[in-house]
Amino acid sequence: MSTIYFVKKGLDIKLIGEAEKTIVDLDAKRFAIKPPDFIGCFPKMLIKEGDSVKAGTPLFFDKYRENIIYTSPISGKFVELKRGAKRKILELIIESDGKFESIDFGSAEISSLDKTVVVEKMLKSGVWPLLRQRPYSVIANPDDSPKSIFVTAFDSSPLAPDFDLLVQGREEEFQTGLDVLAKLTTGKVHLNTHKELNSSQVFSSARNVQVNTFAGPHPSGNVSVHISRIDPINKGDVVWYINAQDVITIGTLFSTGKYDSTRVVALTGSEVTNPKYYRAHIGANITNMVVNNINGDNNRYISGTVLTGTKIESDGFLGFYDAQITVIPEGDYYEFFGWVLPGFGKWSFSKTFPAFLSPNKKYRLDTNLHGGKRAFVVTGLYEKVFPFDIYPMQLMKAIIVEDIDLMENMGIYEIDAEDFALCEVIDPSKINMQEIVRNGLELMRKEMS
Amino acid sequence: MKALRKFLDKQKPHFEKGGKFHWLWSTFEGMESFLFVSNAVTTKGAHIRDSIDMKRTMTVVIMATLPALFFGMWNVGYQHFLSLGETTDFWQNMGYGALKLIPIIIVSYGVGLGIEFYFAQINGHEINEGYLVTGMLIPLIVPPNVPLWILAIAVAFAVVFGKEVFGGTGMNVVNPALVARAFLFFAYPGDMSGDKVWIAEKADSYSGATPLGDALVGNFDHFHTFSDMFFGFIPGSAGETSTLMILIGAVILLATGMASWRIMFSVFTGGLVMGLLFNWWGANEYMELPAYYHLVMGGFAFGAVFMATDPVTSSQTAKGQWTYGFLIGMIAVLIRVFNPAYPEGMMLAILLMNVFAPLIDHYVIESNIKKRLKRLKVVTNS
Repeated sequence: MSTIYFVKKGLDIKLIGEAEKTIVDLDAKRFAIKPPDFIGCFPKMLIKEGDSVKAGTPLFFDKYRENIIYTSPISGKFVELKRGAKRKILELIIESDGKFESIDFGSAEISSLDKTVVVEKMLKSGVWPLLRQRPYSVIANPDDSPKSIFVTAFDSSPLAPDFDLLVQGREEEFQTGLDVLAKLTTGKVHLNTHKELNSSQVFSSARNVQVNTFAGPHPSGNVSVHISRIDPINKGDVVWYINAQDVITIGTLFSTGKYDSTRVVALTGSEVTNPKYYRAHIGANITNMVVNNINGDNNRYISGTVLTGTKIESDGFLGFYDAQITVIPEGDYYEFFGWVLPGFGKWSFSKTFPAFLSPNKKYRLDTNLHGGKRAFVVTGLYEKVFPFDIYPMQLMKAIIVEDIDLMENMGIYEIDAEDFALCEVIDPSKINMQEIVRNGLELMRKEMS
Repeated sequence: MKALRKFLDKQKPHFEKGGKFHWLWSTFEGMESFLFVSNAVTTKGAHIRDSIDMKRTMTVVIMATLPALFFGMWNVGYQHFLSLGETTDFWQNMGYGALKLIPIIIVSYGVGLGIEFYFAQINGHEINEGYLVTGMLIPLIVPPNVPLWILAIAVAFAVVFGKEVFGGTGMNVVNPALVARAFLFFAYPGDMSGDKVWIAEKADSYSGATPLGDALVGNFDHFHTFSDMFFGFIPGSAGETSTLMILIGAVILLATGMASWRIMFSVFTGGLVMGLLFNWWGANEYMELPAYYHLVMGGFAFGAVFMATDPVTSSQTAKGQWTYGFLIGMIAVLIRVFNPAYPEGMMLAILLMNVFAPLIDHYVIESNIKKRLKRLKVVTNS
């Protein structure tokens, strides 16, 4: 039995709308790759509107890292290029032909391959972007040799999908994927599971990896927490990480030679009539999930979790790294004397509302900010949900004043924006911390490159 | 409620950019968000947010001061009539105290909020709630007989030079309420010193000295009893006399997590340790005063619970808070016993440590940084 890493500081926000554990097929017609999903990527197009594609056909590459190419997740026709302000590329929309054909990249016996061959194949097929690195949370640099690779086998966020279900029946591909990852590092591949959230054989019987067990509330599933406990990052270190479901995609590529972007996705949230799991592909359009399945018409659609997800439209697309769609009500209403009334039934981490008397109640939370933006006033609060040996508020202030040395010394390499999500949620000053941290990381990345 | 909302929606365009009352936007926003929690939704980062906001936070702190305020109101009346040698009932005492304290509260809020609104307006910010607490703390720590015009000047000085010049709530270095008090005592020593200010309009023949005043001049013959000082039947600023009421406030602050228990605990410990050291030394009668007396005399308890714990001006790291609080307790008692000019040490101790709090935090963070660098060295050497 592996050692158990206990995460004590943190918070599980209990929400209504957990997905029922049944998987149905999602019949999506349109798919999209969204360049903004890839931090720091400046897309240069490789195909034109109207071209037909197969799974694995290159769509664009990154201007700054030309060896990283992004490919189509399915077969069909590239129908629309959506641009935003300043002609920034937002979405590449592909209409499926329903055949899900892939370019054949050739199957191979893993044990005979060396690292350069593995990397080349992953780059060429377009599965490489699934692998990201710390620090900065950008796509891994193929020329680096990471000191270890972290595979995340659970998500501790509110309403997060059950990873046991996502990988059900895919033991072989998963194991193949792990064997591939082992080729990429001279260090260890860590498979991180949760004491209560995971029970699947797929994880517990995995070979060629070190299986670690975590326990405790969110953010116990954040990869920064895993890295900080198992193999902390120092200046100059690089660690790669990947989600369990994406390991299957890599495994499939090597065992069959096909790029199979299948992904099981949870549809969750208080406004979903019938929350359940869907078998879809990367970038799938969510229309067929949500049509006639949503209460009310003033809702927020999120690709990902309520803590870190991206806002999308009701006919939007699943994000590249996401395995979850969440629908919660919008909160654009006024509330008479909301701050002074006792506030029964309202959720709060603080004990200034009666919510702490019923810790197991599940809530239907909306997107209201519940207050105005202020300077940092309250202290000692963020530390309660921040399980790192880092001073969160002081680091935030170092980022705001753009003090590069101080940011580095205080441990910015060890964290990511998502680690500040809980601090952001419970903050009475309503400061957008994730945005500040993201900006800080981008500043560091530019300074260091 | 709906009619009110409709009225606000109708007026709003006048205050928004381009409207003729745009120069009053902060004031309008302040009033609107006082009545209605805003309809703003999350745009970046986490999609859900806690129900708590700064208004709620400050309201809880104000609620925690209420027991001390109401007791103080009664005690102001009680001490007044006691000095005149009259026997009065509860409501007479309360009535007299209210007549004394309410003008002080009005001046404190009126002057302070006026300046806050003005600064918010010229900076284009929303009105900050920080002064709601400061404005309540000031009446509780000034002598009940303070002339209102002097108080108004002190409040103005505190808000402008204690807070706004640093950038407003959250940016200030020292506690603005204490700045106001310090200003009173150093700028108007003639009006503020001696025994005459601590009881409102007392009879001239009556002593009216606070326990601290008595202790300083070595008047231990008719010293107040411990229970009088604990329950608060002594002359002094309205809020500071009753340790019991302050402790009720402390329970509210700690139960809601609004104040740091580390600071409160370490301030009391620091004061007690210093008192015990003096007991052991025992060079004069003041030093021999039982150490726990210091905790209920003067503004020690009030300072420990409401002043030292101000999150903005205190140490902000858990480790730093221990040092910060302990030193406040020690220095407060040290000043009391050693400084012949000024009987109360709590205010000066807190102001001094407010100034040193960033330095304490700096060293706590440096140690965290060193730990990280050490880990790097271990890795590179192996």
